[in-house]
Amino acid sequence: MTTPKPQTSSTLLRPNKPVGIIGYGAYVPRYRLPAKEVARVWTGGKGGLPIKEKAVPGLDEDVITMSIEAARNAMARAQIDPVELRAVWVGSESHPYAVKPTSTLVAEAIGAVPNTQAADWEFACKAGTEALVAAMGLVGSGMAHYAMAVGMDTAQGKPGDALEYTAGAGGAAYIVGPAEESLATINASYSYVTDTPDFWRREYQRYPEHGMRFTGEPAYFKHITEAATALMQAAGTGPGDYQWAVFHQPNTKFPQRVAGQLGFSMDQIAPGLLVPVIGNTYAGAAMIGLTGVLDVAKSGDRILMVSFGSGAGSDAFDITVTDKLAERHGRATSTQEYIARRTEIDYAAYVRFRGKLQMK
Amino acid sequence: MTDIVIAGIGQTEAGEHWGISLRELAYKAIKTAVDDSGGLKPQALFVGNMLSLNLSNQAHLGALVADYAGLTGIEAVTVEAAGASGGAALRQGYIAIASGMVDVALVVGVEKFTDKVGPDVEAAVSTSTDSDYEAMQGMTTTAQAALIMRRYMHEYNLPADGFSGFAVTAHANGAGNPFAMYRKAIKPEIYARAEMISEPVNLFDAAPNADGAAAVILTRRELLPKDFPHPLVRIAGGSNSSDTLALHDRQDLLVFQSVQTATHQALKKANISLEQIDFFEYHDAFSIYAALSLEAAGFAERGQGWKLAADGSITLKGRIPCATMGGLKARGFTGGATGVYQAVEAALQLRGSAGPNQIKSARYGLIQSLGGPASTAVCHILEKMA
Repeated sequence: MTTPKPQTSSTLLRPNKPVGIIGYGAYVPRYRLPAKEVARVWTGGKGGLPIKEKAVPGLDEDVITMSIEAARNAMARAQIDPVELRAVWVGSESHPYAVKPTSTLVAEAIGAVPNTQAADWEFACKAGTEALVAAMGLVGSGMAHYAMAVGMDTAQGKPGDALEYTAGAGGAAYIVGPAEESLATINASYSYVTDTPDFWRREYQRYPEHGMRFTGEPAYFKHITEAATALMQAAGTGPGDYQWAVFHQPNTKFPQRVAGQLGFSMDQIAPGLLVPVIGNTYAGAAMIGLTGVLDVAKSGDRILMVSFGSGAGSDAFDITVTDKLAERHGRATSTQEYIARRTEIDYAAYVRFRGKLQMK
Repeated sequence: MTDIVIAGIGQTEAGEHWGISLRELAYKAIKTAVDDSGGLKPQALFVGNMLSLNLSNQAHLGALVADYAGLTGIEAVTVEAAGASGGAALRQGYIAIASGMVDVALVVGVEKFTDKVGPDVEAAVSTSTDSDYEAMQGMTTTAQAALIMRRYMHEYNLPADGFSGFAVTAHANGAGNPFAMYRKAIKPEIYARAEMISEPVNLFDAAPNADGAAAVILTRRELLPKDFPHPLVRIAGGSNSSDTLALHDRQDLLVFQSVQTATHQALKKANISLEQIDFFEYHDAFSIYAALSLEAAGFAERGQGWKLAADGSITLKGRIPCATMGGLKARGFTGGATGVYQAVEAALQLRGSAGPNQIKSARYGLIQSLGGPASTAVCHILEKMA
């Protein structure tokens, strides 16, 4: 392992033209599988539960339909002409097609075609935030006025695996544009990546594999703390400068622990900690957490968001809410409203909805 | 015969060292031990290791470790006897010095579990059973312990929490050992609530796998540097005894014959009686093995070993303190490094350097390293010299 060079302020990603979030939108499918249902089937009800319940997509839902829902919510908040979007990028690890983009369908559905970039992004759970960094670059360079980045997943959990308790569904869409139009400015971002094989799914494999406890210390905790620390150091900020923080959330414990390690309180992460009630939404996890925060944030609030994607890397964002947020809150369904829209299912229905029964 | 002394000791923290390789772990322990000895130059290296072939795809650890430690050129081999590999390597080092063929021997035990995870580790550990007749039928080392423990509980009519004293004692002692994997004392309720992993073996009856390395430098007393700074600790006696590999070949499931033989022979060699032993580092890979070792060594009558844990006799202030630095349960089961960790820990006790876990005026320590269900038992008696 090579020793990274010390970080300086020049390592921050900061566009020439200040940029920010013009609109945001969340989406969570309505079905919920309680973790105790998974435990009932696989462990006789024994053992600790990593979350309360997870969101499960319905039979007619996938990353494309869910991305469209979130994108429409973002458009509703932004109130812009869709033809002005010069990029529609969707990050996910459950794109319905191996070849054929999710993003063209989403762009078509919201009316952004044909004068636009469109592509699918893959970096495990940080594909969406990577697209967000790219959108910052596209807008910040002046090449585009608006760009959309979506993080959305219908996560795959092998039946009986520890991940089956948490592998949820949901995500969020963001429209990046000039800072002066934004409901929150993105002051800077910083990414920290290494080759760390903690979790993967090879082509033609149905379910991902993971390195058990290896996914903790050398993967999740290391990358998030390194990215967050470097960002705050370069930005000259500390945990006390942020009203809110959002961390990637594969289970309830990890984001709580990493928040503590970095010096953030449980109050600071509370509105963005959605994993206990919707599960791990993978590429959507940090991004939908941020929608939960934006739904309650006030002008002047500063937010730290740090994603984590296996393989591995973290994107950290330094965000400041503007006075334009308040009027855009009510233009679309809030994240908590989606969470409250809840139909509980049992393991059998889950097996049917997720196509886990092999009929032939 | 001249005294064979432990001139240098070194150990790494036991635990999950995802970012540290096998060779690096070994080197860290070696460096500490060589420095501790005042810079003695080893002429031979004995590496205790159990699983590198399966978990790290690495054989030939003698040359690898010698080379990485800057000792290229010296005699260097691996000694393998499953969980007793470390004890067996120590014995080879002792024999080499005792024979007069080697003046300074380096013994390092090293194990790196975390190059693989989950079933791969279980499969690798199971190679220490009788592969054709046990592992191939689905038997794991934990299942072996479960069969023996079930029989023990049945024969001697034990309560469900009969073994809890072993884990409670180990964790209390682990709290005082900065090299232990787990440094938190536990209450009996934690044991009572623990999940079963192979009934009746619960999570707290089984020692956790841990990466780690420990090293000792052995030499003859007269070869020590003049300004040698530590109280002298010698190996007063040692023995290595074997039993059937497969459980089904045992005459009696509840007697660790190899422990009985090795303890007896080591005591005879040291010319002391069992009553003179001040503390006992047993091989508590499973709490049932600790109970059976106490019985086979002679500290308890047959069927009574568990009571020494239940009544506090094995605590630091008890009649026969055991697992004084946490044992395998709290320090961690460091595979083929375990026997060398025991030697380092016993040397710390006898030097008076065991910190909060120090046993007062200890003179003799018995250390015992087991391979499987005592298919191999290696005993050494360490003595603080006057």
